Amino acid sequence: MQEAMIKRAKELLADGSVKRVIGWKRGEFAYDITPAVFESAEELDKDFVFDDFTSANVSKYLVKESKKEGKVLVFLKPCDTYSLNQLTKEHRVDRDNIYVIGIPGGPKLDIEKIKAKGITGILSVKNDNYTLKIDTLYGEETMPFSEAILDKCASCKSKKHVTYDELIGEDGDVLDSDRFDMVEKLENMTAQERYDFWREQLSKCIRCNACRNVCPACTCEKCVFDNPNSGVENKAASDSFEENMFHIIRAFHVAGRCTDCGECSRVCPQNIPLHLLNRKFIKDINSLYGEYQAGADTTSRAPLTDYTADDCEASIVHERGAE
Amino acid sequence: MLKISLSRLEELFAAIAEKQTLYIPSDRADGAAEFTKWEPGKALTQKLNTLRSAKDFFFPQTENIVDFKMEGKNIQVIDQRSEHEDFVIFGVRPCDARSFTILDKVFLSEPVDSFYKNRRDHGTVVTMACSRPAETCFCGTFGIDATEPEGDAACWSDGEDLFIKANNDKGQAFIDSISSLLEEGDTAKLDQVKAKTKEILSRLPLANLSTAAFGGDTLNEHFNSEKWAELSESCLGCGTCTFVCPTCQCYDIKDFNTGNGIKRFRCWDSCMYSDFTKMAHGNPRTSQLERFRQRFMHKLVYFPANNNGEFGCVGCGRCLSKCPISMNIVKVMKALEVK
Amino acid sequence: MQVNENKEFQPLIVAFCCNWCSYAGADLSGTNRLNYPTNVKIIRVPCSCRVNPMFILRAFQRGADGVILCGCHPGDCHYTSGNYFTRRRMTLLFSMLDFLGIERDRTRVEWVSAAEGAKFAATMNEFTEAVRKLGPNRRLEDLRCRKQ
Repeated sequence: MQEAMIKRAKELLADGSVKRVIGWKRGEFAYDITPAVFESAEELDKDFVFDDFTSANVSKYLVKESKKEGKVLVFLKPCDTYSLNQLTKEHRVDRDNIYVIGIPGGPKLDIEKIKAKGITGILSVKNDNYTLKIDTLYGEETMPFSEAILDKCASCKSKKHVTYDELIGEDGDVLDSDRFDMVEKLENMTAQERYDFWREQLSKCIRCNACRNVCPACTCEKCVFDNPNSGVENKAASDSFEENMFHIIRAFHVAGRCTDCGECSRVCPQNIPLHLLNRKFIKDINSLYGEYQAGADTTSRAPLTDYTADDCEASIVHERGAE
Repeated sequence: MLKISLSRLEELFAAIAEKQTLYIPSDRADGAAEFTKWEPGKALTQKLNTLRSAKDFFFPQTENIVDFKMEGKNIQVIDQRSEHEDFVIFGVRPCDARSFTILDKVFLSEPVDSFYKNRRDHGTVVTMACSRPAETCFCGTFGIDATEPEGDAACWSDGEDLFIKANNDKGQAFIDSISSLLEEGDTAKLDQVKAKTKEILSRLPLANLSTAAFGGDTLNEHFNSEKWAELSESCLGCGTCTFVCPTCQCYDIKDFNTGNGIKRFRCWDSCMYSDFTKMAHGNPRTSQLERFRQRFMHKLVYFPANNNGEFGCVGCGRCLSKCPISMNIVKVMKALEVK
Repeated sequence: MQVNENKEFQPLIVAFCCNWCSYAGADLSGTNRLNYPTNVKIIRVPCSCRVNPMFILRAFQRGADGVILCGCHPGDCHYTSGNYFTRRRMTLLFSMLDFLGIERDRTRVEWVSAAEGAKFAATMNEFTEAVRKLGPNRRLEDLRCRKQ
């Protein structure tokens, strides 16, 4: 796959149809892959990589890159195409300036899950027929591929590319996923249990803003939390209220626009399951206002900028689920 | 050297905790290690290092400095400083131990930061030598020997016993306070463990990383490098690297209006943020390239220029494993050192 | 929280009222000499949809024990559709607060027209009592703002 991608990127660069290529760049180790912009065949040959660790969603870079001179080629996995569609819909990218090659999605690997097994000193990770052979400073280790899959891939919602100019490999289908299971489990807990769960999780927050800055839906020029004139600007959560407020407001601001790409949870240095907040909104929207998948198209009205006269009342929250 | 059997660690912790508050790195529910207050039953983590660094003990993420209360036309100023209680941090790794030396240069030079000094005076740092370094470790680059940790007192484990040695008077006082539990032990096995660790350290993937191309006199060369554009291209501008870093020491001072008074507090800040060092005219660094460059120039050039060649990094590897896009100081150093 | 303390507990209720219906409704309940608790502090907004989630959270931060949002009845919005958007937003926000374990009865949306002075007073009486029963807001409280 990697060879086919490099070959096609080189062709498009050579015939002048694109000026730059957004992809992933090899790192120091097997897993520390950085999204990067490539401008020449030499750079592609040297550093371009596509493997089990290229999980980063590069669609947000298009906000910046698509406004530059010349067309940009981007390789998007199925989940990433939803993000691009949503950005197109919100006029945050110049879609005409982007050439999308759809590539197969995951499942991708989570290095943290490998390290959590106590495996350290990792020098290389090889996928040998769904067994990971990991060469370390302390000898070779093995573990099943299935146990190291990224959470966002484990609950994959779609293998379908919703926007592309050409495909490498096959297109897939929208999947039946179990992505709302954990949300449902929480809904069925008592309020005290839910409170305790979220206090434990959100109290870990160090307000690094990684979740916000990686999010393809968070593209405000100036975030309300960075704006000294907003009255709520803060650089660190001084207490539990501010931890809650940041995450409630952030999730609310992307409600109806979040495509559930799962990047927020993937990048959280404190392993907070932030995607559960987004999924709660998605689940509510689906059940109260009809099935809606952000990014599935570029024309439909988003649930929070739409209404019907016979929508349910807010009191519905009081009437359902466990207290 | 003095030692205690590893099977008696709980006893040791109990003895320490009897006299002062004890913090040890232990596993939390999600598997990551973090420093927590010891209480009976809490076990030392088997992980190499804590997710967050140990700098929080001396330089917490937020702290109240002063309160203001308004009554009519009077403003009452309430100093929030109070004498800190004595505490022990046990199990600090050699890289984090060095970070305190670096923070000291910032906070204990004139004018002395009294909040920091208060905590530093009351804290005893007991370090723990490494025996299973990870691939992301590069403390050797900054002259740290992971088998000979700094700190007030240092510990080693040979798999059976915990050896302990004082590095200064404060460490000696700490050892004296638990001496009834310690006995003299033979270090033959420990020496073997140390030799083995040294051998692994020499084989680390980043063992050859060098600071030769950096330092105070390389300012113009690096500042004007064309490579910053490419290096910073994918930076998200989040503060993950800054906040997990044991040596990042920038902070902001802000006022919070509680509705019935003002609380002035300070909190960590990150040079990666768009409102870092914001002044009346705006932000001095308007692009992510400049902000990104600032962070690494500070660690590799400005800091050594002002501190006798000491670099502002200890090679703990936290930014290597936590950066959302895996851009880090090692990649920057490797890119910049190529002429 | 002890029982005897609970008896004396006076909740702070913030009521966001739209200028065209609910604020006039509050006015009417006043001119009609209807009683509603002094615990309720009204903040007038041009339309219920002016209230964004941050307003609700900020009210809790500054010490509110309950927040109620009042607007024109659906279909009667002075700006045609503002309250329809409010309805969706607040439904989702309240559901999220509930998801985080914040007590449901601390938040409410009620449609009160300019002619419904009696409904306004009754709603405020009822809501204040419901919040009083819950006791002080501790789960969504900013400790720094607590009055010493």
